[in-house]
Amino acid sequence: MQELIAPFLYDYMLKAMFVSALVGAVCAFLSAFLMLKGWSLMGDALGHAVVPGVAGAYLLQLPYAAGAFISGMLAALGMALVKQRTRLREDAVIGLVFTTFFAAGLLLASIYPTSVSIQTIVLGNILGISDEDVIQVIIIAAVSLTILIAKWRDLVVVFFDETHARTVGINAFALKIVFFTLLAACTVAALQTVGACLVIAMVVTPGATAYLLTDRFGRLIILSVLIGAGTSFFGAYISYFLDGATGGVIVTLQTLLFLAAFYLAPKHGVLAGRRRQSSASSEGAIP
Amino acid sequence: MSSAPVFLAGASGAEGVVASLSVRDVTVAYPSGVTALLDATFELGAGTICGLVGVNGSGKSTLFKAIMGFVTPSRGQVRICGLSVNQALKRCCVAYVPQSEEVDWNFPVLVEDVVMMGRYGHMNFLRIPTAKDKEKVTESLERVNMLRFRHHQIGELSGGQKKRVFLARALAQEAPVILLDEPFTGVDVKTETAIIELLRQLRASGHLMLVSTHNLGSVPDFCDQVVLLNRTVLASGPTATTFTPQNLERAFGGVLRSFRIEGGDLHDDHDARSVTVLTDDERPVVYYGEGGPEEEPLRRTDKGA
Ligand SMILES: Nc1ncnc2c1ncn2[C@@H]1O[C@H](COP(=O)(O)OP(=O)(O)OP(=O)(O)O)[C@@H](O)[C@H]1O
Ligand SMILES: [Mg+2]
Repeated sequence: MQELIAPFLYDYMLKAMFVSALVGAVCAFLSAFLMLKGWSLMGDALGHAVVPGVAGAYLLQLPYAAGAFISGMLAALGMALVKQRTRLREDAVIGLVFTTFFAAGLLLASIYPTSVSIQTIVLGNILGISDEDVIQVIIIAAVSLTILIAKWRDLVVVFFDETHARTVGINAFALKIVFFTLLAACTVAALQTVGACLVIAMVVTPGATAYLLTDRFGRLIILSVLIGAGTSFFGAYISYFLDGATGGVIVTLQTLLFLAAFYLAPKHGVLAGRRRQSSASSEGAIP
Repeated sequence: MSSAPVFLAGASGAEGVVASLSVRDVTVAYPSGVTALLDATFELGAGTICGLVGVNGSGKSTLFKAIMGFVTPSRGQVRICGLSVNQALKRCCVAYVPQSEEVDWNFPVLVEDVVMMGRYGHMNFLRIPTAKDKEKVTESLERVNMLRFRHHQIGELSGGQKKRVFLARALAQEAPVILLDEPFTGVDVKTETAIIELLRQLRASGHLMLVSTHNLGSVPDFCDQVVLLNRTVLASGPTATTFTPQNLERAFGGVLRSFRIEGGDLHDDHDARSVTVLTDDERPVVYYGEGGPEEEPLRRTDKGA
């Protein structure tokens, strides 16, 4: 028993658990939208694209969030530009741009070694997060959550039917810019908790899990946020005992939940599908 | 037609607006180099159902997109209810039912959620539905006879049912001007009749509707105005004087099948009347009478000769 509450006795663990939960919640909110548009890879791309920004920011002793955000936006712009000017498909464009950025980041970090190792960026280091970084993350998360809560209904219309969004006077273009800005910002925040490699899980898995559980967008968001916050909180908690990488634990938890939903979901799960099929065929047998 | 009632929609809606649509010298060229519309011009007022007919590729959908501002005309201008396109959209003056809904049918939204999206223009900043919004959604679903599907996920419907849901969304929008791009394709006759009845009711309450269709036979049935299109407006005006075989042949050229059976071919005694059937393989339009093609076309509701 004493053992189980041990993490709560340490300041750094408390910080880690709450910051993780907050980041998990915002990323999960975004994931509800991302995975529906087939833009999941955007999360991965941005996660890698911010690396040179972070390395550069440490080099110039700027807040890391600023650097990450700038390179994230540059990458997003680059993708938009390449997509507009060529006939390449989206996945090729994303792959092209984010590997370029990631390579630049690696190069930068290896030529000018700084206080931050590339490993910290790639794997995250929530247990060792500094107080300034905590404040940056909290500001990013708070602003993002406020905007998302106020505007999620408009975003649903834009993502579902952009044409219609225009006819009810919604500025679809502006909203999409806001969305991608938030995504870039939250990717930066998630860098701290799970690292660049696993950011994609944070912005895909909770939404994908919730999608199997409901047909209503409002509920999908609530479920997704609960999953994201819960797994992040407990992931950080469990990593205390395992002495392992927090990111790995969080994402493993999310995957376990996804698998559970995949099998057990009441309407869209594998088991429910089988049950329906067998009841349909037995009905069919009765003349 | 009926007098033009002033719309008394919600606070942010189209209050104090009289339906009208003016398309002047509108020219649209796509980046591919195709000039889809050339100097299209026509005017419509309140309490009107206007049929928009023309062959495939004649620019009907392009005209709708130009009216909605989805493509920018290289020349000419569109005014809706006396406002510019952007102002009209902001004030919820136009509803649009596209030819094919390019939406993700697996999206986690229910039928009633989709119809509620029609109400957004009437809602506040946070888009929290009021009792009135919910009432309108129910009423709109009822009018297209889809109320019992309200809790279905949108992808669980048939093609015709999906069409009706998007029609309900347009109704919920309470816009004075409604644009419908081929609302009858893939819809059974019963539903078509129901939709036409609905359009008539909307006309009686002062709405302006522009409806593109390939069902030539039903045009005289419910349209009081027609616009014949083939890259440009060939003819426009009241159905009785504009929807003539000559104009149709100009609009459709060789595409249209035309049968003309003179009185002498039908019976022995002298009879100057003849039957003319025009069809582009959907529902044909039939003209019958002495003057031949100058006659008004037969309506489906005119039983017998
Ligand atoms: N996005 C586009 N890019 C380039 N050309 C286009 C585009 N959309 C339509 N066109 C061209 O513009 C012309 C008019 O097309 P439009 O879709 O307006 O015809 P339509 O009258 O609606 O035809 P249908 O009866 O088949 O619906 C066609 O020649 C078409 O090839
Ligand atoms: Mg068309």
